[in-house]
Amino acid sequence: MLDEGPLIWMSDALITLATIGIIVVLTYFKLWKWLWDNWLTTVDHKKIGIMYLIAAILMLFRGGTDGMLMRAQLSWPNLHFLNADHYDQVFTTHGTVMILFMAMPAIIGFFNVAVPLQIGCRDVAFPYLNAISFWLFFAAAMLFNLSFVVGGSPDGGWTSYTPYVENMFDPGPGENYFIVSLQITGIGTIATGINFMITILRMRAPGMTLMRMPMFTWSVLITSFIIVFAFPVLTAALGLLLIDRDFGAHFFTVSGGGMPMQYVNLFWIWGHPEVYIVILPAFGIFSEVISTFAHKRLFGYAAMVVSMASIAILSFIVWVHHFFTMGAGPGVNSFFGVSTMAIAIPTGVKVFNWLFTMHKGRIEYTSAMLWALGFIPNFLIGGLTGVMLAVPPADYQYHNSYFLVSHFHYVLIGGTVFGVFAGLYYWWPKMFGVLLNERLGKWHFWTFMIGFNVCFFPMYFLGFMGMTRRVYTYPAGYGWGVINLIESIGAIGMGVGFLIMVYNIVWSARFGERDTTGDPWDARTLEWATTSPAPEYNFARIPEIKGRDAWWLMKRNGESINGPKDIPFEPIHMPNNSGRPIIMSLFFFIAGAGFIFSWWILTIIGLLGVLVTLAQRSFEYDDHHYIPVEEIERTESAAGRL
Amino acid sequence: MSDAHSAVHGGHHVDPSLPKEYQTEENSLRIAGFWVFLGQDLVLFSCLFATYVVMHGRTAGGPTSMDLFDVPGFTIETIALLFSSFTCGLATYEMRRGNKNPVIAWLIVTLILGLVFIGFEVQEFVKDVSDGARMSTSGFLSSFFTLVGTHGCHVSVGILWMAGLIFQVARRGLTPTTSRKLFTVSIYWHFLDAVWIFIFTVVYLTGKVL
Repeated sequence: MLDEGPLIWMSDALITLATIGIIVVLTYFKLWKWLWDNWLTTVDHKKIGIMYLIAAILMLFRGGTDGMLMRAQLSWPNLHFLNADHYDQVFTTHGTVMILFMAMPAIIGFFNVAVPLQIGCRDVAFPYLNAISFWLFFAAAMLFNLSFVVGGSPDGGWTSYTPYVENMFDPGPGENYFIVSLQITGIGTIATGINFMITILRMRAPGMTLMRMPMFTWSVLITSFIIVFAFPVLTAALGLLLIDRDFGAHFFTVSGGGMPMQYVNLFWIWGHPEVYIVILPAFGIFSEVISTFAHKRLFGYAAMVVSMASIAILSFIVWVHHFFTMGAGPGVNSFFGVSTMAIAIPTGVKVFNWLFTMHKGRIEYTSAMLWALGFIPNFLIGGLTGVMLAVPPADYQYHNSYFLVSHFHYVLIGGTVFGVFAGLYYWWPKMFGVLLNERLGKWHFWTFMIGFNVCFFPMYFLGFMGMTRRVYTYPAGYGWGVINLIESIGAIGMGVGFLIMVYNIVWSARFGERDTTGDPWDARTLEWATTSPAPEYNFARIPEIKGRDAWWLMKRNGESINGPKDIPFEPIHMPNNSGRPIIMSLFFFIAGAGFIFSWWILTIIGLLGVLVTLAQRSFEYDDHHYIPVEEIERTESAAGRL
Repeated sequence: MSDAHSAVHGGHHVDPSLPKEYQTEENSLRIAGFWVFLGQDLVLFSCLFATYVVMHGRTAGGPTSMDLFDVPGFTIETIALLFSSFTCGLATYEMRRGNKNPVIAWLIVTLILGLVFIGFEVQEFVKDVSDGARMSTSGFLSSFFTLVGTHGCHVSVGILWMAGLIFQVARRGLTPTTSRKLFTVSIYWHFLDAVWIFIFTVVYLTGKVL
């Protein structure tokens, strides 16, 4: 820690100051009890969703800072702003943070915010497990961030390919941080997948058949299936790698008879479905946003569902396209090339459905809609270059070049990040009861979108010019300098866009327009039928669903969400808050630190703690309460629904 | 599907026409969730099996499966585990008939058979390691210890879980909740048995001839 140099010392100081600052503020304003009772122990899906989104925005800042450091380093030939080691750590943490600790929590945050409301139920199937999922993700994210200042960050790339990351070539705790924190967040993600699969399959309001579900809920259902089948493969791959590193096994070290390709295969059997895990829910968000702001029902609903299901299935049979050049032979490469290209077909179907939804619609250009509109051309560029990469002979030319870097940023930013922004503007009033500022929202959109294209479009050319990914500096005279400089300027544009969004959040919290109607967009799905933010129990009476776009139908027929007036309310059964999920995740954190530093006493303490908290839960029988009718009546009359 | 809804939100509403473990909607949700959990566990084991098959011949000059595997040892393990699955089934059967004491008795028998299984497995591992067949010897042994060890960890967790459950059944009797817990631990136990049949075939039997 002491010999790390000024960059790390500064971070140490900043982390310490920020931590002290948070503690002082919470103590001064006497907020600890409020924080504990209302947030840290909550099992309410809406609050958990908000916590996921806050964490995701913080991680976007962290991953974005990594990106900025990289762009600063590459903006001109022969720069030595970062040394090679630091550059390796920065691109590794950038990739890992953005995929696992930004994109994943952001989309899972929206699962939590929207799905139970959209299907007309009061919570997810397993609320306590939901809290555990969140806290495991949180503990893992903290552990991963700690790597920067304690012991060194991972530097093997976000794919962590063997044998480079074996002890022989990559000693020290950095790589263990990667393995352990992904493992811990992965457990939480599997639990989320199971939770939402059962919630959607088993807890829909009466009349909400599968083919009447909102498209976002459909995307979550399909994503949950992908999670449940893909994430255990990551668990296996990381587990084997950890055993190699901590216990001297030889899964992936050639010297002991191991096989590095086995890791690469396992990693991408998870890794490719993973990109659909983060894109399908974004597709779901765009479907909601586009039909809401075109004021038309979604075109080709059934085709959309079939497309998503096909994408999910195809996602499992394309993984070899990540290593066409590793010598699998023409037969294997052809199969995986063709299966990869096939994904363009259902994706194209979806794009046309969005376009036809807008056709002859009354389009309202809100911020959320702008992100959805911006997504279509940007994602198209990313998708088409993906098809180019799927041609194995051509891939021998572009693989590991900036062409590839540009491709996946176009699909991940143009798809997932735009989707997250669209979702934020769309569901913000439902989460907080306040609208984000539309004018600032438009500034955010244009600066970020233009910055993004300036940053990433030139990378296609840079790739053709021979610049490979993961180079930390390059000599003058290749003609790469000016293009890199332009890209770095684009990156600044994205940074400015992000800051405008943060300013918008802060501004709107104080001055934003209140949403008193619960339905500020004149929207179509059930989450807009209840108050903004929704009461703890979501719906005082479970609604009867009579068709697709349930809330739209109810509005047209002049029905109330609470049904006919004369039926009395019944007490509502809700789960109790619990402090155990956060305590359990603390034990996971301790065990994880033990695995990282091979400090087995710590590991044993952590794992015992996990077992004890599990056993406590098993012996807990009194974990529910009822909300009395008077309280429901009070809440409902305050919302003007009696 | 959605008609189950009213029950979910009615909390602990009991429907006596259903088997005991399904009598509340919450229990039926949890059982469904547990099946999905087993599905993901199956994917995990598939990866470990695939890795083992890839690694089987990669012994790096160390002992091979033919040198190592001890027929009486893994036969006793197999008999103990298969038999425990049967006694676990008897516990479920008695649970459905509402007989508390036989349930506890069969669970204890299951637990003892599980301990016998673990005992023999530990003995096998200790013998291998003292013969110089360690995890760090070769890719083959890494994958062998990991696959069989992961199964063994699952069985150990099952034993702890079952021990906790015996207390709960003894204290609270066969309520819908304890019945549901008993049912989930039993499908977990049968699942481990099924995985073991694959380990027995792919690892031990095949390893003795190839």
